[in-house]
Amino acid sequence: MDIHEYQAKELLARHGVHVPRGGLAYSPEQATYRAREIGGAKWVLKAQVHSGARGKAGGIKLCSNDEEISNAAEAMLGRKLVTHQTGPRGKLISRLYLEEAVDIAQELYLGFVLDRKEERVMIVASAAGGMEIEEIAETAPDSIIRATVDPGVGMQRFQAREIAFGLGLEDNLIGKATETILGCYRVFRDYDATMLEINPLVVTRDGSLVALDAKMSFDENALFRRPEISELRDKSQEDPRETFASDRGLSYVGLDGNIGCIINGAGLAMATMDMIKIAGGEPANFLDIGGGASPERVAKSFRAVLGDKNVEAILVNIFAGINRCDWVAEGVIKAIREVGVDVPLVVRLSGTKVEEGRKILADSGEAVIVADTLAEAAEKAVAAWREATKNKKAA
Amino acid sequence: MAILLNRSTRVIVQGFTGKIGSFHADDMKRYGTKLVGGVTPGKGGQTHLGLPVFNTVKGAVRETRAEASIVFVPPPFAADSIMEAADAGIKLCVCITDGIPSQDMMRVKRYMRRYRFEDRMRLVGPNCAGVITPGQALMGIMPGSIYLPGRVGIVGRSGTLGYEAASQMKALGIGVSTSVGIGGDPINGSSFKDILQLFERDDDTDAVVMIGEIGGPQEAEAAIWARDNMRKPLIAYIAGLSAPKGRRMGHAGAIISAFGESAQEKVEILKEAGVVIVPTPASFGEVVADTLARTKKAA
Repeated sequence: MDIHEYQAKELLARHGVHVPRGGLAYSPEQATYRAREIGGAKWVLKAQVHSGARGKAGGIKLCSNDEEISNAAEAMLGRKLVTHQTGPRGKLISRLYLEEAVDIAQELYLGFVLDRKEERVMIVASAAGGMEIEEIAETAPDSIIRATVDPGVGMQRFQAREIAFGLGLEDNLIGKATETILGCYRVFRDYDATMLEINPLVVTRDGSLVALDAKMSFDENALFRRPEISELRDKSQEDPRETFASDRGLSYVGLDGNIGCIINGAGLAMATMDMIKIAGGEPANFLDIGGGASPERVAKSFRAVLGDKNVEAILVNIFAGINRCDWVAEGVIKAIREVGVDVPLVVRLSGTKVEEGRKILADSGEAVIVADTLAEAAEKAVAAWREATKNKKAA
Repeated sequence: MAILLNRSTRVIVQGFTGKIGSFHADDMKRYGTKLVGGVTPGKGGQTHLGLPVFNTVKGAVRETRAEASIVFVPPPFAADSIMEAADAGIKLCVCITDGIPSQDMMRVKRYMRRYRFEDRMRLVGPNCAGVITPGQALMGIMPGSIYLPGRVGIVGRSGTLGYEAASQMKALGIGVSTSVGIGGDPINGSSFKDILQLFERDDDTDAVVMIGEIGGPQEAEAAIWARDNMRKPLIAYIAGLSAPKGRRMGHAGAIISAFGESAQEKVEILKEAGVVIVPTPASFGEVVADTLARTKKAA
């Protein structure tokens, strides 16, 4: 789960990381009021969306008076910010963050990730901040400093100090940098983060060390014990199709194709999507109905898939282990009768109670295209989709 | 004897008396697994499914001489249960639980290092379908009927995709020595490489099917190891060709976040290492059959 920059900065500030003075605004009036509250002569207005690379997309603006703040706020609010990270649909700007402008002497990079190879928290730092880490890895790979934390004892002060010296900071900044790095680590550990990125971490002309930007993601499996993080969820930043599905306990990822998918198991779901692609179609979504799915749950999955207006055919692929094909078949019929399925529907059932399931489909008299194998299912779904779009065009 | 598990392996269930634990314990027993008891703290002394219940894993090991444990404990408590098993001298622990926080798994892996390598428990999972040695024993949630006993090993992250592979093989008369689900989490007990090492040493396995997916470095690590050390043919499929970058595809670990983690990139790395690639998820059966035929001819 991602959070906004201002939320991440609030968490960090509570753990001894210096951030610029700033305030949240939902309107141009509020933004100008924040400027007076903060004081100073120059401010930065920042669109709060769950994405990096906001500057290039027009989501960050330097302002020096009320009029500039008000105009910039007016231009940003209600707009969708499109960056290379958001995809073409973009993300809605409904919150702004106004900060005092900082006089930058040097930009650094500081990141924390869960490293899957080391199976530990890894700190990544570089004196070449201000650009994305992938870019640093390409243009200045030797500038990258890495350290891993032993989860038995946590991060040690010497590790933070080594990084501070490694960044080539002046002696009077070593203490501040050590505190900043340790503070970030504590936030990462105490809130079950999976990613924390401060880019840039800046040295100011008056010799302080400030987190100018902050990005954080959290482990969804740990939210049960981090209610204060769960509260920071902002549904306006999510794909509405995914919000609908996740509120109903379904694992769903919206994509850009036309063939809706209802599958059990994440691996089989990915493989089925691959098979659709190989057969010449494009999947509209990833959806895993999970184990032990009831007919109601299957019907809910249809609602989630059909909520996407681009869906022109549906493929159901179930290999039942702890699931039951008869329940799935009942769910399919329930969906047709209660939800209404006005696109071609291909169903492939396999595994536990498959004969019962196939019989339910056959006896229902509903227009269900049945397939026996994965290859056949994908081919039939793509063929049905082609047929349906041809008819639509003709009509 | 295939790997990890056979008909004489003495197995206990942690989270034995819960709904899910009971359901699968019963299923495993019917398959032929030598189930000797279970653990549910606070219910020690009771009998469940005709077997003794213990308060602690140590108690269960003392009374039943259990060597293996399967964990169905809910995510907030699962890491604790795994460590309890490790400390009680369990040799193999299969954790089915989905949803364990990553930091808990980091601690589990760190904790297990307190034991010498020879004494260290082998953890499979979490968030996996388990282990099955067809015709002998099941420690997992897979439908036993889709596996034909045989001489091809399977190791994969996904449960249902593993079923797909096994059933395609069965349709062509190809059986399985052992099938191991290593799970879909970013930090797991056994890696692909760990399981390949076991299959390479196993006299009952002739070839191995590896079913990977997007995210993480383990498929590439396994392929490099296989190139340098493995004499048996390795056949692989990587799921997620159509998965976009930065989106989590169901499994907590199925996310492309770094270079080399997309399906296309992994397939390239595997090909370069000499791994036989299964081009589509519908061709597991064919490719395994071809590979076995070619190996036989060469020998």
